[in-house]
Amino acid sequence: MTASRRPAGGTRIDRLRRLAFTFDGVDQSGFAGDTLASALLASGVSVIGRSIYHDRPRGVMSAGPEEPNALVQVEWPSGVSEPMVNAATTPLVEGMRAWSLTGQGRLETRDDGARFDAIYAHAEVLVIGAGAAGLAAAAEARAADPAARVLIIDGDPGATGDGVLADTTAIGVYDHAYVVAVQRNPVPGTEGRLWRIRAGRVVLATGATERGIVFADDDRPGIMLAGAAATYIRDFGVKPGRRAVIFTTNGTTADVATALGEAGVEVVATVDARRGETVVGTDGDADGALSAVHIARGASSGAAIETLDADLLLVSGGWNPNVALWAHPRGTLRYDDRIAAFVPDKPGPTTPMTAVGAAAGEIDGLEDIAPLWVVPPPTSTERGDPNDDDWATHYLDHGRDATVADLRRALGAGLDSIEHVKRYTTIGTGIDQGRTGGVIASAIAASLLGQDVGAVGVPTFRPPLVPVTFAQVAGRDRGALSDPNRTTAIQPWHVARGAVFEDVGQWKRPRFFPIGGDPADESMDESMDEAVLRECAAARTGVAAMDASTLGKIDIQGPDAGIFLDLIYTNTFATLKVGSCRYGLMCRSDGMVFDDGVTSRLAGDRFHMTTTTGNAAAVLDHLEEWLQTEWPELRVRCTSVTEQWSTIAVVGPRSREVVAAVAPGTDVSNDAFPFMTWRDAVIAGLPGRVFRISFSGELAFELNVPTSHGLAVWEAVMAAGSPIGITPYGTEAMHVLRAEKGYPIMGQETDGTVTPQDLGMDGLVSRKKAFIGQRSHRRPDVLRPDRKHLVGLLPVDPEALLPEGAQLVALDADLSSRPVPMLGHVTSSYRSAALGRSFALALIKGGRDRMGEHVLAPLAGGSILESVITSSVVFDPENRRRDGEPDA
Amino acid sequence: MLLIPCPHCGPRNETEFQYGGQAGVAYPVDPEALSDAEWVRYLFLRDNPAGRWRERWVHTAGCRRWFDIERDTVTNEFSPVIGRGA
Repeated sequence: MTASRRPAGGTRIDRLRRLAFTFDGVDQSGFAGDTLASALLASGVSVIGRSIYHDRPRGVMSAGPEEPNALVQVEWPSGVSEPMVNAATTPLVEGMRAWSLTGQGRLETRDDGARFDAIYAHAEVLVIGAGAAGLAAAAEARAADPAARVLIIDGDPGATGDGVLADTTAIGVYDHAYVVAVQRNPVPGTEGRLWRIRAGRVVLATGATERGIVFADDDRPGIMLAGAAATYIRDFGVKPGRRAVIFTTNGTTADVATALGEAGVEVVATVDARRGETVVGTDGDADGALSAVHIARGASSGAAIETLDADLLLVSGGWNPNVALWAHPRGTLRYDDRIAAFVPDKPGPTTPMTAVGAAAGEIDGLEDIAPLWVVPPPTSTERGDPNDDDWATHYLDHGRDATVADLRRALGAGLDSIEHVKRYTTIGTGIDQGRTGGVIASAIAASLLGQDVGAVGVPTFRPPLVPVTFAQVAGRDRGALSDPNRTTAIQPWHVARGAVFEDVGQWKRPRFFPIGGDPADESMDESMDEAVLRECAAARTGVAAMDASTLGKIDIQGPDAGIFLDLIYTNTFATLKVGSCRYGLMCRSDGMVFDDGVTSRLAGDRFHMTTTTGNAAAVLDHLEEWLQTEWPELRVRCTSVTEQWSTIAVVGPRSREVVAAVAPGTDVSNDAFPFMTWRDAVIAGLPGRVFRISFSGELAFELNVPTSHGLAVWEAVMAAGSPIGITPYGTEAMHVLRAEKGYPIMGQETDGTVTPQDLGMDGLVSRKKAFIGQRSHRRPDVLRPDRKHLVGLLPVDPEALLPEGAQLVALDADLSSRPVPMLGHVTSSYRSAALGRSFALALIKGGRDRMGEHVLAPLAGGSILESVITSSVVFDPENRRRDGEPDA
Repeated sequence: MLLIPCPHCGPRNETEFQYGGQAGVAYPVDPEALSDAEWVRYLFLRDNPAGRWRERWVHTAGCRRWFDIERDTVTNEFSPVIGRGA
């Protein structure tokens, strides 16, 4: 094949604007308006790459998204490299560098800096395809209803027309007429925009795609779809070769012959299947490009074979209406004998859709098509029936190097569903999604199975219609914008203090506050272990403060609020006195623990519920569901107030001094303000509430103030505590402090399979009233004595830290057996400043009946840690510290 | 992306909703009176038809209200809304 640029012509190119590019390191040039493929053809490049498995040289076969061969690596002028770019649809850009590939690209490993966007649109009528049929349908829709929003999209960058969105390809059609499309380069600096379009109805005007005919050595550079040659001649001013053979089954190639004549390409033969003529094979030159075509004139297998020198073989097996988008929302197809192709039949059940023009099968020139899918190997006369090897260069799917031999093997293996054949052969799974070979594979399978093509059908079409990058789908939802970042009012203080943060759901929470050795050198900072031990020691011996604002908070109001909470919690709340607080446990219907928290009675008809940070939204949803769907007669309303209140925990034996200083109007003595009560208070001059509750076992207060005052009050607390060394602490110290007291974290100690009884919290399960999950606590499986119980673990080596999640086995377990019988697993594990050693919480089968027994944790790497089972409360089991230092 | 007809807000994208499974599975009036088998039937066993059935949705990112609706599980066609969730 020796293509070249014609001296004139080319409706899409601007010959006054020359663009330089390179291919495989060689300088080339083309014109503005060229695709990379048309520029390569015009530059005389015939071999564009080699095939993935068979290393066959391949060239440009088409001028559209059906291209299976001309897939290249492109480095854009920005320096960004992109794999598997379709040269036939990619506009030529000044300075682009392209390389041939062998069926696989190379992924860019650097951040490409590309920006993508997304937009929603609604249209009464969405027309996909801005050809004559699409524009006519759009005009008709506008005439019928001038108020209707009519949107027309077309993948062609040059598409024009009233209301046409060009360079925009629909990649999928989903239920209820939801269409996703990709617009390229919508604005400077943005590589693409994802359109999410909800349409009243869809008009499919996507045209048709030419298909080839399968014969021996049908994949050489120089063998093209016939219509593509006309496109390259007329649109791009390319002379695609010198001596052409046309191999056709239908009347659409008459115009191709005309175009070849215009370009000065000699047509040395037209091989017309309608006359019983076939191409039975080809020869290649030293590069593998087409050099000769073997022709059999006459239908009989014994016809003499004629060889013609040619560098261009233009093939037309017919045209397939582009029906993939019709099929996405489960529209059905039928095989139309009249044009030998699948056409739209019934639209999908929830997506009103009509097809027009070529997409509907209205294609001029197919009236007298002589369907021909495959030409048998030419060896049949000499050796009898061809064997599979003789079909090994009949390429059905260039992208997958799949041949008729593969197809025959699939059928020979007993596969008779085209879906199974697709998966066995991989035909249709390449980047072109079977556009050129898929229907041919169905037709050959039908012939071998003795069925009609229509009965065999085609494999299910699935989105995306053309390749789309993950970055395009993600749009702007990347990095910091991928999920909301929630921060508390006190966040600026944490940042200034050098806190190390962790993600808790969407919240950013300080994990610990390292003391820096040198403000300019983070490597001099305390380690997390050092900081956490220091923070824990402060909470147990002096005073420490934590920003607990992320706690979920729900305001529950109404005359029936107490009745409702009794149904929600396993323990009783209706009798809770105004001014008091109570720890509550809630289960789902299955009896498994769902969430916990302290709920306080603000008034006879009003409660303030707290939830775990990560579960706040789920708990509110849970409350709403039961209220709305089961107990709508209850007069209760629930409102999230998580973000309305800043919460500051002041913890430790000296916390009373700090609270007394910031809330001087409140009597914080133990008698006046006992454990598990709350008071309205003026805190740092601002109105708020003080709760005497503790998540550490120490004397502790939680100050609640409106969020707008959160930072000011935090600063007041830190100032008031400064003389006695108040220490800010993070979530890691909080976890250690609560674990020392055996307080479970829902979602860490529990996983949806743990009951209150498993946690040793049977005392919080009422026997006097009904609650959600109650009946499940009598299920036989929940009553098993060998259920996993929450216990403490003390490693025999007090320095050894058990990994959280470590599996536990019996001391005498046979570690060579498979599987090793498991007793349970470690749920939390820390170093304790108070104990001067490591400890852990674990769920262990029958754990409460195994106190003092030893268990093993076989770890990755072969080491085995031995631990003693103990109570889950490893510190202050008598609760002597909750009112302050016992000996003080 | 289903287009779900919220009875209060009108048709909205599926991403605004949460699914609630089969409709009409009422919480037993007296769970304690049920046998283990009856309780398990309430707790775990649901219909799974290919075709029309009633299901529950809640418009989480909208009116936050539960409702029942009939949907064909094969085609995803919705019938007109028939009432509040139960």
